[in-house]
Amino acid sequence: MDITVAGVKKTVSDGLTVAQLIVDEKVETPEYVTVTVNDEFVESGTFDVTVLKDGDNVEFLYFMGGGR
Amino acid sequence: MITLSKADYEKMLAHAISELPNEACGLIAGTKQGNDKQIKKVYLLTNTDHSNEHFSLDPKEQLAAVKDMRANGLVPLGNWHSHPESPSRPSDEDKRLAFDSTASYLILSLMDREAPVLNSFHVENNEASREELVIEE
Repeated sequence: MDITVAGVKKTVSDGLTVAQLIVDEKVETPEYVTVTVNDEFVESGTFDVTVLKDGDNVEFLYFMGGGR
Repeated sequence: MITLSKADYEKMLAHAISELPNEACGLIAGTKQGNDKQIKKVYLLTNTDHSNEHFSLDPKEQLAAVKDMRANGLVPLGNWHSHPESPSRPSDEDKRLAFDSTASYLILSLMDREAPVLNSFHVENNEASREELVIEE
């Protein structure tokens, strides 16, 4: 199936989960990554059970913050 | 080296002042050639911490900004935030939460309200180094 990851179209295996996609994309500091699928935020505790579908649009957002 | 237009600097400064006493924050995007970065757009985001000591970018606004960058052919260059009461240098927390060693982290100090100070930093392995910043007329 085909999905779009951070604006780039990719062909991936059917049944791919968000958790596996994070591994495949070699996402750094995954514990600080927020994921959206078709503009909907995916709960971080559900990455391993969120199965992607053909045509999905995925974005990785890296936490940005700090303090004085 | 990273370059910022005076207009974008003033936009950042005005937002930081309007958010006082809290920290203000946002994203920067533009073009990159080797080690030279040109900021083409400054994004003003909500500090969801609403604090004068901490900041976190609003994820929904972050998503919108990332899409806007892509639509305009810009690449993410890093982020910026203000220090209302402390100098323009990364705090321990800033360094701990700076995950991207290629990003530029701009810090605008308003400690002296009459003389704001903006610096840019790289952070790698919890060590910050200053990056040359040029503000163009």
